[in-house]
Amino acid sequence: MNFPILSSLILLPTIGALFIFFSKTNKTKYQSSKYVALFVSFANFLLSLYLWFLFDTTTYEFQFVENQEWIRGFINYKVGVDGISILFIILTTLIAPLCIISVNATIKKNLKGFLVAILLMETLMIGVFCSLDLVVFYLFFEGGLIPMFLIIGIWGGEKRVYSAFKFFLYTLLGSVLMLIAIISIYWMTGTTDVTELYEIGINAKYQNLLWLAFFSSFAVKTPMWPVHTWLPDAHVEAPTAGSVLLAAILLKMGGYAFIRFSLGLFPIASDYFVPLIYFLSLVAIVYTSLVALMQEDMKKLIAYSSVAHMGFVTLGIFTITQQGIEGSIFQMISHGLVSAALFLCVGVVYERMHTRLINRYGGIVTIMPKYAIVFMIFTLGAIGLPGTSGFVGEFLILIGTFKKSFLVATIASSGIIFAAAYMLWLYRRIIFGELIHEDLKKMIDLNQSEIFILWSLAIPILFIGFYPEPIINTVEISVNNLIEMFNSNLQINLAKNN
Amino acid sequence: MEYTIIFLPLAGAIISGFFGKYIGERNSEVVTSLFVSVSAILSIVIFYNVTVLDYSNNLVISSWISSGSLNVNWSISIDALSAVMLVVVTMISALVHIYSIGYMSHDPHKPRFMSYLSLFTFAMLTLVTSDNFLQLFFGWEGVGLCSYFLIGFWFKKESANAAAIKAFVVNRVGDLGFALGIFLVFYLFGTLNYNEVFQLIPETLEKELIFLGIHINAINLVCILLFIGAMGKSAQIFLHTWLPDAMEGPTPVSALIHAATMVTAGVFLVVRCSPIYEYSELALNFITIIGMSTALITATIALVQNDIKKIIAYSTCSQLGYMFFATGVGAYNVAMFHLFTHAFFKALLFLGSGSVIHSFKNEQDIRQMGGVWKKLPYTWILMIIGTLALTGFPFLSGFYSKDAIIEFAYLRGNTTGYYAAGIGIFTAFLTSIYSWRLIFKTFHGKYNNQKLKKDSMHESPMVMILPLVILAIGAISSGYLFKELFIGHESSYSFWKNSIKFLEPLNTNHPPTWLMLSTPILVISSIPIAYYLFIKNKTILEELIKNNKPLYKFLLNKWYFDELYNLIFVKFSKNIGLFFWKKIDVGIIDRFGPDGISGLIKNLSIRAVKFQSGLIYQYAFVMLLGFAILLTLLIFK
Repeated sequence: MNFPILSSLILLPTIGALFIFFSKTNKTKYQSSKYVALFVSFANFLLSLYLWFLFDTTTYEFQFVENQEWIRGFINYKVGVDGISILFIILTTLIAPLCIISVNATIKKNLKGFLVAILLMETLMIGVFCSLDLVVFYLFFEGGLIPMFLIIGIWGGEKRVYSAFKFFLYTLLGSVLMLIAIISIYWMTGTTDVTELYEIGINAKYQNLLWLAFFSSFAVKTPMWPVHTWLPDAHVEAPTAGSVLLAAILLKMGGYAFIRFSLGLFPIASDYFVPLIYFLSLVAIVYTSLVALMQEDMKKLIAYSSVAHMGFVTLGIFTITQQGIEGSIFQMISHGLVSAALFLCVGVVYERMHTRLINRYGGIVTIMPKYAIVFMIFTLGAIGLPGTSGFVGEFLILIGTFKKSFLVATIASSGIIFAAAYMLWLYRRIIFGELIHEDLKKMIDLNQSEIFILWSLAIPILFIGFYPEPIINTVEISVNNLIEMFNSNLQINLAKNN
Repeated sequence: MEYTIIFLPLAGAIISGFFGKYIGERNSEVVTSLFVSVSAILSIVIFYNVTVLDYSNNLVISSWISSGSLNVNWSISIDALSAVMLVVVTMISALVHIYSIGYMSHDPHKPRFMSYLSLFTFAMLTLVTSDNFLQLFFGWEGVGLCSYFLIGFWFKKESANAAAIKAFVVNRVGDLGFALGIFLVFYLFGTLNYNEVFQLIPETLEKELIFLGIHINAINLVCILLFIGAMGKSAQIFLHTWLPDAMEGPTPVSALIHAATMVTAGVFLVVRCSPIYEYSELALNFITIIGMSTALITATIALVQNDIKKIIAYSTCSQLGYMFFATGVGAYNVAMFHLFTHAFFKALLFLGSGSVIHSFKNEQDIRQMGGVWKKLPYTWILMIIGTLALTGFPFLSGFYSKDAIIEFAYLRGNTTGYYAAGIGIFTAFLTSIYSWRLIFKTFHGKYNNQKLKKDSMHESPMVMILPLVILAIGAISSGYLFKELFIGHESSYSFWKNSIKFLEPLNTNHPPTWLMLSTPILVISSIPIAYYLFIKNKTILEELIKNNKPLYKFLLNKWYFDELYNLIFVKFSKNIGLFFWKKIDVGIIDRFGPDGISGLIKNLSIRAVKFQSGLIYQYAFVMLLGFAILLTLLIFK
């Protein structure tokens, strides 16, 4: 067996976390733990880039597969990547070090613990994106709850306990159903290995029920309307780094899982439930955009806009077209970068003024010109202006949707108007206008590390906006294969019924 | 050479935007102006090559998006149509850059301003040189963004910010149509490349789509959707409300973006897509109706406005209406001709009014002006030249292009054509009246400004006058010089070649003499009328206003479009957003969802706690009850 690169990716942050946990550091000198965490996560980022470099884009087969018996005859620890999952791993390893850099004196208590939570989170997220066994996937998927729960519950704002429990309650509900579904799949087929299940197929009779069980878990994580209300609360209470992880990576688990499991395992049910998904996605796009328009808290506004953006993602996935699914993956990567950046931007002013209320700001362009520039780039990314990554994703999704339904595409496209309205209005109220609040004058512009973090996100947003080829190329064959598999399954089923 | 033309402005924007601080204000002004000027000179070379040497080119820079069957490139495509646009865009842009050095001399953010102007130029160039719909859309949004930046350039002004957002959002409404048009094009033809699409059209003529149960011809739908995009960008009626507000931006911006270039992008789009529009009678009629309504309605509004820039802005809407109905009657080349001449005289008028505003220390209300023609002699003469050209005074540029539009509309020979011609003539008369009103009120009559002494007025610096002189030369001569090339019977076909498609050659008959004479006569006679009304005898006008108060108010308030939209869209969206948030998210989902569940569990557990009372007889009673129920069930089963 070759060098187990995926397991290394998964384990490296945990090792770092353990190291930090057991090392004795002076409480006042938190810097050393931060450097360790940074070093580990950055090494992981380089490793993931190396993985991408080795990755073969000419095949849809899973690569770098590792298969170890875990519980004899029952569960195998099986991991591997294909074009769909590899990009999410890179997104995760990119965001994690940026999060760690952004951690600073605002985390007042137990900084070591906070870093440990972030690193554990990274481990679990990478695990989600490369596990090829349902049980392993489940463990990683739901395991991600715990560090996030702690991040919100311990380091969060005033209403942190309420938010943390709301978050927990929602996600728990879905996960219980998914666990039951996984167990019943095991009883029906005798395996939980994803690639084997792809081949065997699941009896059409049970697909709908199982799909719904999985759906309830994925929909909460995405989040889809109407199970989205945990997200604004969670974001508002979470510390900046927590919000970033949540928006950039945690939200992508749902979309990824829809592609990998819902489409892959239950094609017939997926086809059956397409109208439901369309409906919920459209509601998410229009409804949450309107809600976002009226928010007074920056983080809530961005959280609601996330729901709308994820509405595009679910819409694209269930068009089951090449453009739609590729667009969804692209949109998830793009949203990962853009929303992470937006939350970091909120963090920047929050650290200085300790308020997230939009009307407490205004006119800060004169004091923080550098901030104004990057914030504008991210705003444009969120609006989906051509030349930013946001455009490519939305455009592909809509062009895919249009193939399936004019009406759905038309309604979804109205999202581009709303996004412009709420984002530009937000920008204007914070950045432009007369400087009326005297206390804002003492704010200082971005420091070195903030410039570094924000530009590390801005450059990829612009780059893949102008040249999305590396991303699309990576996913192309896997998506193509997924669609073929999906369609042949539908056909077989159709033949059976006749 | 093509690369240089397009990327020099971008380089200028980057240098001035990011390094303006280091190289100094003066250097950023020089660099951006110089770069754009070089672009302009090279564009003229290209234009020469295209006209004389039959040059055309389609460069592919790199691939942009390719997903499945969708392949889109970054490209530079040169043909007659894009060459004309190149010249217009780079030339006006270069002049505006130079003018801005003088106009913005007191502004602390000069490098940023110049950077935006250059960036705009770049975006506009990508728009006109695209070989596919998506790059066009990129440029389309890019110019919209720069327009947003430039309208809101004075970011402290609340009204400027509001106008900037309004411009962007209203444009997005148009973009929605445009985007759907692009999706539909891809759906129908499987490609977004112009040439490939245009070739496939004859095969798709009969195709029908079903939308909400209605059968629609696919080509008609494509045309109308694309035109909705054009309506947004070119400020046609219903989507025109952003343009007058956009006058919040600095005046050079109004000249470049909101008169000469960006707003004509919609016309360009329709002309570029002439191979599709030629097959859609319905869409062409629709365009004609929208175009002539815009021309007329905005001209009536312009009659009573008092802000010098708003008058010219409404005049721009109106002239764009002319261009559209020219395309609507199938005279695409005439539309392009008017676009070309309009760029000169409208930029001239805007920059001239900028010079006036500059002299009046940022006063824009024409009621606060008057009697200064001797103080601002150059500006005065230049503005008069602009006005003459705009109104179509014989042998100036507007005369050739505008009259040609009216004639071709007449020659189209169908009902909409006749209406368009009639409304065209009437609007020409209105145009003349409001334009001369502007001149007379600004330069003649009594000096009305309280704040400034008349003696303190002085002419603008040479760096501002010189671009005006060049534009004036264009406004005088561009019509006469390029008439044959653009709209001549034979010569124009060999010039435009494939860039414009005419399903049937344009009617070559001569229009009746009365038609050809009516417009010039009306236009010339309106000068003394305007002079009499606005200078000599103002009582007539006051009487008129007094007797028609409702009508006057209606016009002064711009047909109440803004108020209506505000009520229907803005207020409604906000209210419904608030309703969704407070009532549904918080009131229903949270209340019965997580809060409800946690409340329920809490409730149940409190009851369960009560249940464990510790009293034996209670336990015994429950056991007995349970036992009884179980037995009953067993028996009855």
